Amino acid sequence: MTTVRFIGAGTPRPKRGFRVSPKFASYLQATPLTLILGCFLALPLLMIIVVSFWDYDFAQMYPDFLLMNYEETLGSWVTWQTYFNTLKYAAMVWAITLFLGFWVAYFLAFHIRTTAMQMVLFLICTVPFLTSNIIRMISWIPVLGRNGLINSGLVNAGIVSEPVEWLLYSDFAVVLAMVHLYTLFMVTPIFNTLMRIDKSLVEAARDAGATSWQVLTNVIIPLAKPGMAIGTIFVVTLVMADFSTVQVMSGGQSASVALMMKNQMSLLQYPAAAANAVVLLVLVLMMVAGILRIVDIRKEL
Amino acid sequence: MTKAAEIEIASVTKVYGSTTAVHAISLKIPAGSYCCLLGPSGCGKTTTLRMIAGHESITSGDVLLGNKNVTDLAPAARGTAMMFQSYALFPHLDLIDNVAFSLKMKGIDKETRRAKALEMLKLMQLEPYANRRPAQLSGGQQQRVALARALITDPEALLLDEPLSALDPFLKIRMRAELKKLQTSLGITFVHVTHSQEEAMALADIIVVMNDGRIEQAAPPRTVFERPATAFVARFMGDHNVISGRVTTSNMTETVLSVPAGGSFWAPSSGTPEGDPADIAIRTDRVKIGEVAQTGLGFTGTISNIEYRGSSVKLVATGAGIEEFTAILSDTMFFATPVKVGEAIQLSWAPEDVIVLGRPH
Repeated sequence: MTTVRFIGAGTPRPKRGFRVSPKFASYLQATPLTLILGCFLALPLLMIIVVSFWDYDFAQMYPDFLLMNYEETLGSWVTWQTYFNTLKYAAMVWAITLFLGFWVAYFLAFHIRTTAMQMVLFLICTVPFLTSNIIRMISWIPVLGRNGLINSGLVNAGIVSEPVEWLLYSDFAVVLAMVHLYTLFMVTPIFNTLMRIDKSLVEAARDAGATSWQVLTNVIIPLAKPGMAIGTIFVVTLVMADFSTVQVMSGGQSASVALMMKNQMSLLQYPAAAANAVVLLVLVLMMVAGILRIVDIRKEL
Repeated sequence: MTKAAEIEIASVTKVYGSTTAVHAISLKIPAGSYCCLLGPSGCGKTTTLRMIAGHESITSGDVLLGNKNVTDLAPAARGTAMMFQSYALFPHLDLIDNVAFSLKMKGIDKETRRAKALEMLKLMQLEPYANRRPAQLSGGQQQRVALARALITDPEALLLDEPLSALDPFLKIRMRAELKKLQTSLGITFVHVTHSQEEAMALADIIVVMNDGRIEQAAPPRTVFERPATAFVARFMGDHNVISGRVTTSNMTETVLSVPAGGSFWAPSSGTPEGDPADIAIRTDRVKIGEVAQTGLGFTGTISNIEYRGSSVKLVATGAGIEEFTAILSDTMFFATPVKVGEAIQLSWAPEDVIVLGRPH
């Protein structure tokens, strides 16, 4: 028997499976990330903020609501000096990594002709990252030490009569190691933005009579700004939160905010460390907000 | 602004590694003319344009602008301005700064250059958008900005690399008319690269048809269409049937060429020796249905396709060793004696419609 069915008429076929409302579906999709961020970011952060108001003695913490920890942190001359020191490192490392990072990225993006070669060279840049931060940092010691490679070389060549002292366990060593560790974080986002610049823009600038320098300052650098901003955020936040590099490379002679927190924690002064962490967080967030105000990075995300 | 320059290209060659993109071409583009470099992609037309602009080094040969040899000059020192295919507007600058860019490079102060750029934008009717970024404009508007930016340098020649290819068909036709108007009012030399023969015919004073790094023909559009120099030109310009074969009879009065496993066709005397390959072309709109009046001026074929086009009907036939032979008939003529696909018909043409094609050198 045949049934005649008019095309376009009759009841629609039943849909298979179960239906969820679109609203519910979007919430469902957002759930995994919300859980991860909630458990591992928001909750710990909240705990730090809560603890920062607590009281403590040499052995225990007492739930409370005190501003003492903040008063002690902000009222101490040592804190200000440490913050200043950390900001100094951040500024120096930022300036050097920005300079190096830009030129490395520029070379890769504009002077290497084939994409394959660009990728090979870029991967070579990332090779050091196959070893841990600590190992890369510690390996500077035999190079810079009093009887290290550089000093023995200089002494043997007769350039200096006795070993140069400021190579290791100094601000120089800290900044050098940080530059070494963090330059790639600058190279990557800048390389990314430079690769997106249409090469015909450079030709158009040349056609308008721009010299190589003018092409750089009027076209390439303005267009690389979002990448520089992202790199800056990486480097600044990493340096501000660094304690191992400062501890190892300064030989304990310099302090950073994170190192100060680590010391407080080893003395079981958790509420003090928490207050310090909150202050650092606010400062770094303000710096990031400042960067985002100056440069629009939305196109890069 | 009328200081148009003649462009002369003297046996210019471009070699990339082991491939030759442009084979020693020579060309003279008269001052103040609209020249279209026409050809399929990869024929070397863009390379030629870029060599004139100075964005591509010349392997050998010279480029002269006016009476100045510009072969080794920087792009900006040549007196040419280039409009790029994707317009290459600076995304981080507003329209005024985009247009004023070359003035800024020259070190002209901000007030002067912005005033001049605004004037240029006014000319292009883009004044209301002066403070916008290129991404906020439509394709047609972006093109006008690119034109304004190129023209603010007061060039002697404007070089356009497929300027209309990014526009939709409707806008293409409108911008094409604007380009022509602009060229007429400025009086400077325009060199326009395109792969559309329709665009070239509509715009050009001279069409330079290029193929495989060589110039096949450089002539006014009418000559290119009515007297195509080679089989390639006839095919590329369209609306031509090309018949290729070997010369069987060649004397003072006539040439007869026969298609392998097919018919023989008559052509006026061309001096091609017997046995040599030769091509002739017959315009599709000159073909008629009906008795072949003289041997060699027509053939009997089978209709393989009929397309109705309103005022005309396109008829494709196969026969006499010719795979595809097109006839465009007026609708009145076709419907007076309609035919169907699969029917055999006689197609013919007049002796004066036979175009003898040369061979590329």
